Amino acid sequence: MKLDQNAKYQESHEWVRQEGELIVCGISDHAQESLSDVVYVEFPEVGDSFSQGETFGVVESVKAASDLYMPMGGEIVAVNEALEDEPELVNSDPYGAGWMIKFKPAALEEWDSLLSPADYQQVAEAEE
Amino acid sequence: MSYVANTANDQQAMLAAIGVDTVEALFEVVPQAVRFPTLELPRSLSEIEVLAEMGRLADENAEANHYSWFLGAGAYNHFVPSVVPQLQMRAEFYTAYTPYQPEASQGTLQAIFEYQSMVAELTGMGVVNASHYDGSTSLAEAAIMSVNSTKGKRTKILVSPNVHPQYREVLKTYLQGTDLRVEGDEEPANDLAALTGMLDKETACLIVQSPNFFGELEDLEGLAERVHGAGALLVIHTDPISLGLFKPPGAYGADIVTGEGQSLGNNLNFGGPYLGIFATTDKLVRKMPGRVVGQTVDTAGKRGFVLTLSTREQHIRREKATSNICTNQGLIALGAAIYLAALGKQGLRQVAELCYHKAHYAAAEIDRLAGYEVVKRRPFFKEFVVKCPKPAGEIARQLTEQQILPGYVLSRSYPERSHELLVCVTEMNSKAQIDQLVRALKEVA
Repeated sequence: MKLDQNAKYQESHEWVRQEGELIVCGISDHAQESLSDVVYVEFPEVGDSFSQGETFGVVESVKAASDLYMPMGGEIVAVNEALEDEPELVNSDPYGAGWMIKFKPAALEEWDSLLSPADYQQVAEAEE
Repeated sequence: MSYVANTANDQQAMLAAIGVDTVEALFEVVPQAVRFPTLELPRSLSEIEVLAEMGRLADENAEANHYSWFLGAGAYNHFVPSVVPQLQMRAEFYTAYTPYQPEASQGTLQAIFEYQSMVAELTGMGVVNASHYDGSTSLAEAAIMSVNSTKGKRTKILVSPNVHPQYREVLKTYLQGTDLRVEGDEEPANDLAALTGMLDKETACLIVQSPNFFGELEDLEGLAERVHGAGALLVIHTDPISLGLFKPPGAYGADIVTGEGQSLGNNLNFGGPYLGIFATTDKLVRKMPGRVVGQTVDTAGKRGFVLTLSTREQHIRREKATSNICTNQGLIALGAAIYLAALGKQGLRQVAELCYHKAHYAAAEIDRLAGYEVVKRRPFFKEFVVKCPKPAGEIARQLTEQQILPGYVLSRSYPERSHELLVCVTEMNSKAQIDQLVRALKEVA
């Protein structure tokens, strides 16, 4: 299982990383591997606001469809449109080209409530 | 594998699990006096007697084979070629319920795939599902899909007053208990211009029917641009037979097309089972309700068929499924596929032309009668409204005695329209029948 050491995680397998004033979010390597081939990602609209824990989209693979949950509250400023044509980027590069949304966080302190890479690794390994 | 479940042993195990001694004990809460009442049934009959009795009851019906039939209003008397029931009733198709396992059901899956493909061509749309119960439930699903495609942010559903009144009732039944609201349909004066004026940021879709309930073709040119300009979807409900002759809804920019498929190789059947046609664009496919059969290749590279895009459906997405009513009309869809394949493009055009010309002949003849007037607001296909010199219900009663069903009495849906009759003419009505109708209308005027 690959981990991005600069990211934080939550138990539902999303990761977040700080980029300037924005937060980038995607799903973990462990998540993409469990889902197998991703065929579709349903995005929110730019400008939509969500609180921590709310559903912002759906990731669909040949095996399953799973809701995506906001690791932190915030307003969507960008979605990764490249995934519309190449959803497989979620599988090949989950922490890079396979990112899903960027949002402006409503409360930065929510960052502290998330799991460190090491803690998340334990959660993910316990699932296997 | 044994198909006899619930054996004596099973029953003992179940009773033991719940701590009850006998099955009878489960019914002790039912008062003794009503537990096994004596039923006063007539003596049992032989098969010969039963058939005679059922035949006598059936003969009391007014049905299309023995009446001059000018009744439409959503249920249409079209010709069903013999090849349709002949193939449809084959045991392989007829007996199976939800046979979707690809390893066992290639025939059924391919038939549904062919149905989808032909209806996609007919409607001018990218994708068609494996069907719904009937036209009205397709229409209601279209409204809900429109709302879902805005992620529930838009909650207003604009509906033309010219949509079938019973369909509008079904739509409102579907929406009970939700915060979605239907607007526009209660005011008969709301034409398309008025309806597009009601589009706003709350509007998920505009639903129009063409040919509409009164048989008229709506002016769909430019409508999609106006609807899309407001960020809403355009839902067009149509009569599939009319598409043999007129431009398909897809060519007008419809986002969702629904229709009643009964006309396609299915008898009137006293109102059901019918066939809910549902089509949409490639772009919206993941928001679409219902099953879809797709074409693929097996491990040996051979063509095969499987259910596809199932992640929209309730067995996977549960309460977040695009619909929680997944039953389709597989057998009726099969009938429609056989019908369309048997007629072909030219045949369907011929049926539509026959309907069109016969209906226009009938309208012209009736319009000539003293006291009668055909409503000429818009061009029409196979149905038209006639204003009568006396209550339409009375005329219908008098003509029924002569074995003529002259049409749908509009006051049944619109109490204030007491003198109006909705007349339907199809390829099944001979010129002699039409002339007989015209004579009968003249006599009772």
